[in-house]
Amino acid sequence: MAAPENDLIDTLVGIAPGSALDAIRARRPAAREHTQRSYEVLLTPAEPGDMSEAERFAVASYVSGIHASAEMAAHYDAGVEARAPALAEPIAAAVAATRTSGPYGAFPAGPLSAEDQSGSTYAVPAEVTAALGPRLAAALAHAHFLIFHPRDASADAFRPLFDAGWSTTGIVTLSQLISFLAYQIRVVGGLRVLASRPGAPA
Amino acid sequence: MTDAILTPTGHTVPHVFTRAQLDWLPWLEPLSEAELTPRHITALVDAARAKSAYFRLLARDPDALESRTRADKDIFYNTEAGLPRAERELAAAAASRLNGCIYCASVHARFAVTYSKRDADVDRMLAEGVGTDLGERWNAIVGSAIALTETPQRFDAGHVDRLRAAGLDDLAISDLIHAASFFNWANRLMLSLGEPAI
Repeated sequence: MAAPENDLIDTLVGIAPGSALDAIRARRPAAREHTQRSYEVLLTPAEPGDMSEAERFAVASYVSGIHASAEMAAHYDAGVEARAPALAEPIAAAVAATRTSGPYGAFPAGPLSAEDQSGSTYAVPAEVTAALGPRLAAALAHAHFLIFHPRDASADAFRPLFDAGWSTTGIVTLSQLISFLAYQIRVVGGLRVLASRPGAPA
Repeated sequence: MTDAILTPTGHTVPHVFTRAQLDWLPWLEPLSEAELTPRHITALVDAARAKSAYFRLLARDPDALESRTRADKDIFYNTEAGLPRAERELAAAAASRLNGCIYCASVHARFAVTYSKRDADVDRMLAEGVGTDLGERWNAIVGSAIALTETPQRFDAGHVDRLRAAGLDDLAISDLIHAASFFNWANRLMLSLGEPAI
C-alpha cells in the first residue's frame, strides 16, 4: 500500500493521520492507493513513452486552471516551473482566454437536441499557440473540448492531434491524463468541502 | 495504419438515453488480442476484458489502465458500509446523463435498477434529465453528483448538509464524491474514444 505521507490528495485536502477523513479514506484502501498510483503513472511515469513529463505537467496545469481549482493548479503550475518554465506564461494565457463553464454541447440529432447547449470553443492568441508549440497547442485544445463539452465528441476531434505529431498511444495517454484530472480535481474539491463541514462522528 | 482515425460503419448510433444493452465502437485502433502481452493482461485486471475493444484500446497505456481499473473497482464494488451500491450507480448514471455519455448511462442505469428495483425512477431520469423528481434522498444524491460534475464544480457545504439530512453518513458522502468524480473520468474516455451503437 502507498505510504500515506506521500498521498497527494491527503496533502492537498489537509487530511492528517488519525483524522476523521483519514479513517474514511482507509475504508477504501484500493481506491486511495490506485488514485495515487494513477497520478504517479500519468504525471511521472517510469517511461514517458509518447508524451513527455513536461507535456504531462503542462496539460495538468491547464486543466486545473480551467477548473478554477486553486490548490490543484498551484501543484501543477509548480510542476511546470520545475520542468519547462517557459511554458508557464502561455499556459496561464490559455487558461485566461478559454476558461468557461460546462458541460455543454450537442447530443446526437434527435429528441435530445432540445437539450443542446452552445458554448465557446478553444481560441487563444496566435502568439500563445506559437509559444506552446504545435503538440501542446493541439493537446490544450483537446483538453478544453474534453473538459467543457465532451458531448461534442467526434472521431474528427483526433485530426488536429495526429496533424501535430501525436501517436495513437500518445492520444490514449493524453485522454487518460485529462480524464483522470477531471476526477482528481473533483475528489480534492469534494473532500475539502466535507473536511470543512465537520459533522457528527460516524 | 495504426496512427489513423477509424470510421465505423453499418451500425445505428442511439439518439436517446436507454437502459438497453449497447455496443461501443472505437475511433482509434485498439491492440489486437494477439498483441496483448502478459503486462497488458495484468493491466486489464479481468482477463475477459481482452474481448472488449474499449479496454484493448486503453491497454496501449497499461499502467494507466491498471490503476484506473483498480480504483474503479474499490469505488463501486467495495460495499462494506458507506453508500449502498444502488446509489453509487445512481450517481454514475446522473453524471453520465449530464455529460451526455449515452453508453455509460445505459450500463449504470441498468445497475442502478438491478440494485434498487426503482426502474420507473431511473427511466424517468434518463428520459427527462437530472432535474426530475426522484424523492428527497435520491434528489439529494443526484443534486450532489451534478454539482460535482459541472465545471467548475459547485459542490458545497449546503450539499453536505442536505446529504446528511437525507441519512448519509460521512463515509457514504465520501463514496458519493468518489463515484460521481470517477464518472467524470470514465465518461470522457467513453465519449471521446469511440461511439455507442445499437
